[in-house]
Amino acid sequence: MTRSAPRARRIRQAAGVSAATLLALSACSPSGSDTGKGSAASSSPELSGTVTVFAAASLQESFTTLGKEFEKDHPGTKISFNFGGSDALAAGITGGAPADVFAAASTGTMATVTGGKAAAGPPATFARNQLEIATLPGNPDRITSLKDLTKPGLKVVLCDRTVPCGAAARKALNAGGLKLTPVSYEQDVKSALTKVELKEADAAVVYRTDVRAAGDKVEGVDFPESAKAVNDYPIVLLKDAPNPETAKAFMALVRSDEGQKVLSGAGFLEP
Amino acid sequence: MTETTDRDDRVPGLLPQGLDAHLVVDRGSFRLDVTLTAAPGDVVALLGPNGAGKTTALRALAGLSSLTSGHLGLDGVRLDRTPPESRPIGVVFQDYLLFPHLTALDNVAFGPRCQGAGKAEARAQAAEWLDRMSLADHAGAKPRHLSGGQAQRVALARALAARPRLLLLDEPLAALDARTRLDVRAQLRHHLADFEAVAVLVTHDPLDAMVLADRLVVLEDGHVVQEGTPSGIARHPRTDYVARLVGLNLYRGLAEGHTVRLDAGPAITTTEQLDGPVFVAFPPSAVTLYRERPTGSSARNLWRCEVAGLETHGDQIRADLTGELSLTADLTTVAAADLDLHPGAATWATVKATQTHAYPA
Amino acid sequence: MTDTGTVETRPRRDRPGLRSRTVPVPLLVPALIGLAFLLLPLIALLVRAPWRSLPEQLTSPGVWEALRLSLVCATSATGLSLVVGVPLAWLLARTRFPGRGFVRALVTLPLVLPPVVGGVALLLAFGRNGVAGQWLDAWFGITLPFTTTGVVLAETFVAMPFLVISVEGTLKAADPRYEEAATTLGASRFTAFRRVTLPLIAPGIAAGAVLAWARALGEFGATITFAGNFPGRTQTMPLAVYLALQNDPAAAIALSLVLLAVSIAVLAALRDRWLTPP
Repeated sequence: MTRSAPRARRIRQAAGVSAATLLALSACSPSGSDTGKGSAASSSPELSGTVTVFAAASLQESFTTLGKEFEKDHPGTKISFNFGGSDALAAGITGGAPADVFAAASTGTMATVTGGKAAAGPPATFARNQLEIATLPGNPDRITSLKDLTKPGLKVVLCDRTVPCGAAARKALNAGGLKLTPVSYEQDVKSALTKVELKEADAAVVYRTDVRAAGDKVEGVDFPESAKAVNDYPIVLLKDAPNPETAKAFMALVRSDEGQKVLSGAGFLEP
Repeated sequence: MTETTDRDDRVPGLLPQGLDAHLVVDRGSFRLDVTLTAAPGDVVALLGPNGAGKTTALRALAGLSSLTSGHLGLDGVRLDRTPPESRPIGVVFQDYLLFPHLTALDNVAFGPRCQGAGKAEARAQAAEWLDRMSLADHAGAKPRHLSGGQAQRVALARALAARPRLLLLDEPLAALDARTRLDVRAQLRHHLADFEAVAVLVTHDPLDAMVLADRLVVLEDGHVVQEGTPSGIARHPRTDYVARLVGLNLYRGLAEGHTVRLDAGPAITTTEQLDGPVFVAFPPSAVTLYRERPTGSSARNLWRCEVAGLETHGDQIRADLTGELSLTADLTTVAAADLDLHPGAATWATVKATQTHAYPA
Repeated sequence: MTDTGTVETRPRRDRPGLRSRTVPVPLLVPALIGLAFLLLPLIALLVRAPWRSLPEQLTSPGVWEALRLSLVCATSATGLSLVVGVPLAWLLARTRFPGRGFVRALVTLPLVLPPVVGGVALLLAFGRNGVAGQWLDAWFGITLPFTTTGVVLAETFVAMPFLVISVEGTLKAADPRYEEAATTLGASRFTAFRRVTLPLIAPGIAAGAVLAWARALGEFGATITFAGNFPGRTQTMPLAVYLALQNDPAAAIALSLVLLAVSIAVLAALRDRWLTPP
């Protein structure tokens, strides 16, 4: 983060950048958790304009909450979100979509952005997500472990291995030495969950956050193998960010105590 | 509908043979109300101007449109509620409607096939019909490769191959050019004469009707205005339309002895002695025209007229006259030239009383 | 037989002058823009295709499995559309019943519905827990989601309107009196339809079938939502392309090229055979 700041400044060449950057930097530092909120608020006079955040679909609820909070704290700013599959978003960013911040659901996806030199610096992990089994309400099939999903006749959906939740599920299954044939490899975690919500599938391997967000339409079952497949959520400021100062302030909010509270409320683990 | 049926079911007995129909079709402001009977072997022509309801009557007979009320009986069987495919009725459509994707043979075999004949048998029957129509050579031709006359005969063969008890022909010669028409008309007459059941043809052409039919039914505005044999109708037209069709000058008036005072215009002297409302008719050839008022003529019927129009009619000239009396006159080309007739020319017309014909209206 | 008095002559195919005349600029320019707009993305696909790794991409068995499944499902969906869509088109074109306009609008609804929504709607109707699906499951033990049959149904749902619209248009343009002529010859309405109407509107049916087939071949949203994604069972080419796009765009382009090549080959072959007048 520290190294990226001068480069961003050089590119933008905007006046009055340095002060805001420094403030934002202090907010970003992992040890600055006690100053997070305060520094963001203190920088408010200089913050303005729209920040475009590309974020993984699983972040929709928590980021929307944080975005509203940020706009309230900093009148004149607007946080505009584009939620979607991490890979699709990454493809958009490398393809030149105008965005300030990218928050991905996996480090692998983030690597395609940082590797493509579209990021302004190295990404920082702000949350982690763990897998959980989503079952029908009341868990009628009495699923208590990952192994239970291999029972014959049970309709299980997984995410496709090309998307993060699918890769994580595969890792967890490998860790448990299990072989599972699902009825479908879904295109993203939300469609996997939808299949259970509509009772078309008996169970799906999804994220804790998704189970949490689905309320009582599904029931979550923890399983020990999920510890082997924890997803890191990295966030990064993009090189061509149109509004880097405000973007940094928003990133600071995400990583502040306040932000972490919102995220853990949604089911995320702390980094 | 049920009310209508109840009433019609009380129709006491249908003719045991042939056609016995009372067709009533309401269509908005138009109402067709026609009674039609015919014995097997009869050829009846429905004659009338456009919009008179001829085609409506034909479609009602075929079952392609339903009757508002009335009845339809054929050989003693009620058919009003029978769907068209179950009626023993064949139709030759105006533009033939030969199925374009089938050969002439398969077009003709269509009816027998629908009546349950096997493919080979239906084709054998069809081949026989085509042979009878002298079309054996064209059995394999698609309709688009047939001449108009050939197509017409294929259409006739197709309708007859289904062995109908009533054959309907909708303007059977209208789609043909004048030269083909003469041949086809003669052939059609021959085939209709052979046909043992009832044939009804619809036409607006009086010549077709008179050549092909034994009996004419003249329709105007949905109603029968006159019916009878071709010669009877030609001699005694009862409406302007019929008179024009058969080429007669027709007037309506009040007779008093030998004089008929016309409803509009002058009087006509006739040979018949009648009293009361009458028709007076005379053919255009009975009219003689003069440029000057004739002095030596004994004709009582002398009117001052003006030429409204001239047209060639075969080797004759037909003159349309207005004036004291509207009439048409036929004269030879030479006479027309001698008289120096042209539209607007003043002329005198005479008709001998012996050439007029009066009959009660 | 002489040529005189022929009822109907076919229009000549080469009308002199029509080709040599200049095309008006106000038509030419938008036409060329339109053509370029359609072609450029395809050209870009070709330009950016990973030609070097293409042989390797295309020899993976998954590609051919997906392609085979795509062709089988699109063809089945077209067949199913024909079986129920042509009679539906006939009903709309040839009969009168109250609410016909409304029914026609309903038939075209899948054209405007986002396919993913169509997939969800199919789940709600034919899913294991769906309005009709729960009875299929309870009575016959049939569940449609996650099956190849499900793919066919999803594709039919999206593709059939193209066929119905096309056939209905042809039927409306066709002379209904041929059907009447057939009934006067003793044909029931169904026989008339089968032996007369059907051959007459065959070109329209073929055109509609080709449209439906092409639409079914490219179907993605309804398929993945209703039938899921499992290689060899429900993973058709568009699904394989989409998922490959997630982390291997080169593979996605390669797959797209295969799908494009096959569809162009099939459409060109059909066009020559069916869609050009004799």
